[in-house]
Amino acid sequence: MPNVLTYREALTKGIREALIDNDDCFLMGEDVGAYGGAYAVSKGLLEEFGPKRIVDSPLSESAIVGLGTGSSMVGLKPIIEIMTINFLLVALDQLVNHAAKIRYMSANQYAAPFMVRTVTGGGAQLGATHSQCFEPWLASVPGLKVVAPSSPYDALGLFRSAIKEKDPIVFVEHILLYGSKGIVDEDYYEIPIGKANVVRSGDNLTLVAYSKMVPLCIEVANTLEEQGIDVEVIDLRSLRPWDKETIINSVNKTNRLVIVEEAWRSGGFGAEIASTVQEEAFDSLDGPIGRVGGLEVPMPYTSVLESQVIPSKDRIIEYIHQNLNT
Amino acid sequence: MALKNKAVSNKTSKSEYFELLEKMILIRLFEDRCSEHYSRGNIKGFLHLYTGEEAIAVGSISCLEKEDYVITHYRDHGHALARGVEAKYAMAELFGKSTGTTGGIGGSMHIFDATKNFAGGHAIVGGQLPIGVGLAYAAKYKNTGAVTLCFLGDGALNEGEFHESMNLAALWDLPIVFICENNLYGMGVPVEEAVAKKDIFEIGHAYDMPCSRVDGMNVLEVKEVTNKIIKDVRNGKGPYFLEAQTYRFRGHSMADPSMYRGSTEEELWKLRDPINLHWSWLKENGYAKDELNEIYEKMNSVMDDAVQFATESEFPTIDDLYKNIYFENVG
Ligand SMILES: Cc1ncc(C[n+]2csc(CCOP(=O)(O)OP(=O)(O)O)c2C)c(N)n1
Ligand SMILES: [Mg+2]
Repeated sequence: MPNVLTYREALTKGIREALIDNDDCFLMGEDVGAYGGAYAVSKGLLEEFGPKRIVDSPLSESAIVGLGTGSSMVGLKPIIEIMTINFLLVALDQLVNHAAKIRYMSANQYAAPFMVRTVTGGGAQLGATHSQCFEPWLASVPGLKVVAPSSPYDALGLFRSAIKEKDPIVFVEHILLYGSKGIVDEDYYEIPIGKANVVRSGDNLTLVAYSKMVPLCIEVANTLEEQGIDVEVIDLRSLRPWDKETIINSVNKTNRLVIVEEAWRSGGFGAEIASTVQEEAFDSLDGPIGRVGGLEVPMPYTSVLESQVIPSKDRIIEYIHQNLNT
Repeated sequence: MALKNKAVSNKTSKSEYFELLEKMILIRLFEDRCSEHYSRGNIKGFLHLYTGEEAIAVGSISCLEKEDYVITHYRDHGHALARGVEAKYAMAELFGKSTGTTGGIGGSMHIFDATKNFAGGHAIVGGQLPIGVGLAYAAKYKNTGAVTLCFLGDGALNEGEFHESMNLAALWDLPIVFICENNLYGMGVPVEEAVAKKDIFEIGHAYDMPCSRVDGMNVLEVKEVTNKIIKDVRNGKGPYFLEAQTYRFRGHSMADPSMYRGSTEEELWKLRDPINLHWSWLKENGYAKDELNEIYEKMNSVMDDAVQFATESEFPTIDDLYKNIYFENVG
C-alpha cells in the first residue's frame, strides 16, 4: 500500500527500523538527541530508544567518525550523523585515511561497517562555508561507498540497503529535500546500492543527475517535452559504486548526454561520467557531452547571487539548446 | 565484568621476570635484523625502529588479557611482538611477502593481527586515537570488560584528534589507557619546542582524567604501574593517561642520522638501556646468574627463522591487488 511521506520521515523510518532490528546499532552525532537532529531527522528517537542508542556527541567530528570505525571493527553498527558535509572536512582523515582503508590494510582482519549520514547542498542562503557539495570528493576514494537519494522513496530504500553494508558508507542527504513529499510503499522494499534509476525515459537526450538535481531535471524534461525534445532522466542514486551500464545503455539509445550536478564542475562527478562515456561509448555520441554544474565561486549569501550559482531550470534548458544546436 | 585481573606485580614470578627480558631482547634483535635487511634492500619504505623503548610495550602489554585491545602508531613492531604477533609473520610483512601479517599490504607501519586483538599500527600521527576510543566504546557498550591500550608518541599530543579523543574518553568514562611514549622528539623537533605543557602527563588534568608519569626504561616499573591502572580501568574507573619517558636509540626512521641531537645525550640515555637495567636488577636480586647469552642465542635463532621464513615466502600476486577493498571482493 502506498503512503505519502516526506524525505525526512522516510529517513526517520529507516533509522527506527535499523535501531529496532539490531541492539548494537546506535545513532551518534551533534544534537541528534534532545534537539532531534539539526534537520529534525531523529526527532522522537531519544524518547523511544533512550540515551544508549541515541547519543549526543560533543563537537568532535573527527573523533566520532573514528569512533564509528573503531566500534564497528569490533561488532557495533554505528550511524554517525555529521551535521553537514561541510563539517565532515575536519573528519576527512578518519574517513579517508582510516575507515576507508581498514579492511584493505588489515587484509580483511578488520572492517568498518558503519554509516556516516550527512547533509549536502546549497540554496538555503547559508553562505560559502555551509553550502557545499563534497560528495564527488568522497566518491573518488576506494574503500568508501557514497549514496545520495533524491526522493522519499529512494531515501528509505537506499537507507535499508546502506545499513546492511559491510563497509563504510556515506549517506548524503540534501538540505532542501527534507520537506519534499513522495509516495513510499508500505510493503518492505530495498534499493540496491550501485544501480541507477531511469526516472523518465526519452529518446533525444540523456540527462544524468543525483540528489536535488533529479527533481529539477524532471522539471526540465517536462518543459522540453512541450518543445518537442524527448529527454531521458537518470538518477545516479549512488556515486560509488556508480552505474556505468545504465548510463551507457541510455546514451546508446539517445546519442546525447548532459550531466547536471550542484557541485563545482571542475573535478566534479560529471567529469568522471563524461570521461568514462567518451571512452566506452564514443561512437554512440552525436555531439559533445555537456556538463552543467555549480559556478566556480564560493557560495554567496544573498539570494540574487546564490540562485545564479546553483544550476537552475532555465540555465539547464538554455545549455541543452546550445548542446543540441536547437 | 567478564574479565578478572592478573596477579599484581608484587606476585610476579621468576619466569615472568624472564619473560619480560626475553620479550625485550626479542624486539631488540628484531629491530637489528630489520635494520640489516633495510640496508640490504629487502625492506623498503619507511622503517621506524623501537630500539630503546622496549620496556614500555613489554611492561604494559604483559598486563593485558587476551580479550583486551592494543592499538598503536607506526612505530609498531615492539607493540606487535609484545602482544604475541610472531616474529616471522611480522618480518615477512616487512619483506612485502604474502605470508606477512597483512600479506604485504600494510608494511612496517601497518601491522595488524585480529587473532591477538592487535588493531593496528596506524601511520597518520594521532589517527589511531579516535579508533582506540571506538574500541573502548564498544567494550563499554557491550560490557565485555575489555580494556584498550592505546599508544601514541609525544608528537601526537599536538594533533586535534588527540584532544577530541581524550575528551570523549573522559566524558564517557571509557575503558582505555592512553600511553604516551615520550621519547623527547617528534622527528627532529624536541618535545619542549612542540608542546606548551612542561609536564606532559598533566595534560590529563585538562580532562579530569587521572594521569601520571612512569620511567619508560624500567620494565618492572612500567608493569607495576600499568597493572594497577588497568585494574582500575577494568573496574569502571574510566580512562587513564600515562606518560612513559623514554628515548629512541636510533634515528626517527632509517633515513634519519639524528644530526639534531648530540651524541652525549645519546650516550647518557644508553646508560639506561632497558634491557641492561632489567638484567642488572635480575642479577642483583638473585634471580639470574649467566642466562643472558643463552637468551640471546635463543632469540637470535628465532630471528634466523623469521628471516628465512620471510626470504623464502612468495610475494603476493597481481590477483591480490583488488582483494579486500570491499566485502564484495574479500579474498
Ligand atoms: C598527521 C601527520 N603529520 C605528519 C606526519 C609525518 N610524521 C611521521 S612520524 C612524525 C613524528 C611523530 O613523532 P612522535 O609522535 O613523537 O613519535 P615518535 O616518532 O617519536 O615515536 C611525523 C611528523 C604523519 N605521519 N602524520
Ligand atoms: Mg616522539
